Amino acid sequence: MKRQLPFLLVFIFGAFMTIQYYVPHESSEFVYTFLLDWTMIIGIFALALGIWSLYHVSVDKIQHKKENWIYSYVTLFGLFIMVVFGFSYKVGDSWGMYPLFVIALMALLYCLIHASISRSKGFWLGLSGAALAVSFGVAFFDDSWKLAFMTSEGLKNTMFTNFADFVLTPILATMFALLAFFIASAAYRAFRARNVLASLLLIAAIIVMLRFNPYMPFGLPELVAETSSWLMNVPNLAAQRAIVIGIGLGIVATSLKVILGIERGYMGKG
Amino acid sequence: MEFSDFLWMTCGIFLTLATFSFLYKDNPFYKFAEHLVVGVSAGFFVVVLWHGTLVPNLFQKLEDGDWYMLWLNSSEWWYIIPALLGVLMWTRFSKEYSWVSRWPMGLYIGISTGIAIPLEMSNRVNKQLHAMMIEIDWANFFGGNILSTTSGFAQLLIFVGAIAALIYFFFSKEHKGLFGGVATFGIWILMIGFGASFGYTVMARVSLFINRMQDTKDWGIAAFNNAEVVNPHYGAQYQIVFWLLVLFVVGYIINEIVSHLKSKQV
Repeated sequence: MKRQLPFLLVFIFGAFMTIQYYVPHESSEFVYTFLLDWTMIIGIFALALGIWSLYHVSVDKIQHKKENWIYSYVTLFGLFIMVVFGFSYKVGDSWGMYPLFVIALMALLYCLIHASISRSKGFWLGLSGAALAVSFGVAFFDDSWKLAFMTSEGLKNTMFTNFADFVLTPILATMFALLAFFIASAAYRAFRARNVLASLLLIAAIIVMLRFNPYMPFGLPELVAETSSWLMNVPNLAAQRAIVIGIGLGIVATSLKVILGIERGYMGKG
Repeated sequence: MEFSDFLWMTCGIFLTLATFSFLYKDNPFYKFAEHLVVGVSAGFFVVVLWHGTLVPNLFQKLEDGDWYMLWLNSSEWWYIIPALLGVLMWTRFSKEYSWVSRWPMGLYIGISTGIAIPLEMSNRVNKQLHAMMIEIDWANFFGGNILSTTSGFAQLLIFVGAIAALIYFFFSKEHKGLFGGVATFGIWILMIGFGASFGYTVMARVSLFINRMQDTKDWGIAAFNNAEVVNPHYGAQYQIVFWLLVLFVVGYIINEIVSHLKSKQV
């Protein structure tokens, strides 16, 4: 029951989904869509595990005052504030008492964190209750904004979109841009023309990079652009094609191992 | 641009500079940005997945049912089953009952792997093989230009190159003789491919860097009400915010230089 049933489920559903792909019948397509919906729903519930894990790790860092523990508050408040903004939206012209609602919920999070790590649990739980009461009161009496769980108005909340546009996007874009500098230093080590293979790598990379350089001498841009296009579309295509075929075969082999119960690591111990 | 929009823009610029500060060394501003992005992106995906996946695929399917009937009177009541299986996933939190979470896990992995086999074979393997099996254009072998990407030579090189690169990954036979020669050609093709991909990736990152610099420039323009971003509600508060951030950055740099010099004296 503890181990055999899950393996049986993997085998039955795995074999069924593999075979149904080759059955050109409406019922087969219906079952395919139906089970795909199931995996999506189960997957979303699994997301809660990840969020709980993030909360747990952050609270643990705060409790034991581990390295950089103070920043765990930033993570938790960032998570919580996005969730609050994503499930609320403005109805009237002004936000009314919405800031108080957000502050009360942030206070609730702070109190809950301290209730789980502090010795005086009762005190922090009492404060949590007070913060919850304030947020409920504001949500009940203030008509200038609303909570929306079943409709997607929260996605259009300006606070939610501003956090996405002016917090999330700049940091993510800058982190990827940072990689340009680290790649450059890694390239220095990797590209030193020590042998034929490293030289091939170096020449191909330089030509592709030069293609986007606007400061090249007269006549060179066309030749470089043409060579770069050839490199991307001919040898690179051949290499990528081999890699993609290899990846595809690898995924099929691993999936077969999972379905047949040869690969069982995903079940964990116990 | 409204002042509130300018403040949001300033926030984005501050976080950009905080993230770039990692190039100097790991510092509190970078750590702040790093931890903030973890929380905010997790929250963002919770909301997006809730509204985009859970509501249409579960709640809307059960909306004609009643909660006190546990939605069993809904026309699509069977959608309760994956919800229950999803809830069973949470038994992972319990030491005693964590084994129950293997049931939904088994179902999820079974369906995912079962879907993956035919789809991967079709989308990755078969389609790539199909694209390789083209008739070589012998009549137009060089196409008037050795660098043509549509000539017979290019087609042949793609075909032979892909086969050779696949042979390089075949380790069941020793890479010796003709087989070894083909495998060596395969690694050449792979190295050129890696080089080209590397160069392309670097340029993509550089373009992101240029984008961040462009945003910083636009922020400066907005602060001084330059012609590019004309602001009818322009006031001194824009410049105050601008100079505050500049002072903050300069102050941090001076502080770092002073502490560096002090550490050298000691």
